[in-house]
Amino acid sequence: MATAKIHLPAKAKRGEIIQVRAIIAHHMETGHRRTTRGEMIHRDIITEVIARYEGVEIFRAELHPAISAYPYFAFYTRAGVSGPISVTWRGDNGFEQTETAMLVVQG
Amino acid sequence: MTGADLTTRRAVLAGGVAGLTAMAIPSSRAEEADMLEAIRVFTGGAKLNTGRVSIEVAPLVENGNSVSIALDVASPMTDADHVTSLALFNEKNPLPEVVVFHLGPRAGKARVDTRIRVATTQHLVAVAKLSDGSFWIDKREVIVTIAACTEE
Repeated sequence: MATAKIHLPAKAKRGEIIQVRAIIAHHMETGHRRTTRGEMIHRDIITEVIARYEGVEIFRAELHPAISAYPYFAFYTRAGVSGPISVTWRGDNGFEQTETAMLVVQG
Repeated sequence: MTGADLTTRRAVLAGGVAGLTAMAIPSSRAEEADMLEAIRVFTGGAKLNTGRVSIEVAPLVENGNSVSIALDVASPMTDADHVTSLALFNEKNPLPEVVVFHLGPRAGKARVDTRIRVATTQHLVAVAKLSDGSFWIDKREVIVTIAACTEE
């Protein structure tokens, strides 16, 4: 399991637009690099990131090798009810990981 | 970059050309035509309007391996009027595509921040698709002093 983090504001008001930040420790090997002996290094990247909140997809990204190592995304959603926001990362070689963070909505 | 080019390149490398010699061969970087083709695939050939979408990135970056960038679209993000997808392309990395975001009214705000690899000084192009089917484009040049993507 790679280290992955989802950052949310400590609390939100109902209807407020909040920022969600998600990062995962993944090297995003491009498949364009060579070893010092000239051999290609196989591609190993995250290809898809999906965020869900209240059972609905709120953000999805299709990644190519031009996304930096330790892929980071900051996006937005409108706070509804308190509940988990989940982020799933999928990639080459069967990579899949999901993390969740609780959004606390007041008022 | 065509399949034939890649095949030739692989054949050459498989033929024992390695190490420093391989580095001297012109890299298989996408050029502007490849980027335009990738954009055409994304839009299906629809008309591109200028405005509404903007790329926020430093004009001069030291390290192309990690370039902070934000794509922002002026959109109310309501059920009736929102961004459905937002794509970023480049001219001179090995591949013209960088990332495609899928958004919706639940986003509330049409903005995404991320970090990308920029192989060399070049233009970046963002294209936003709105819920009314229109496409909007922005183009920005980034000057890079340390390259990314293909180094050892």
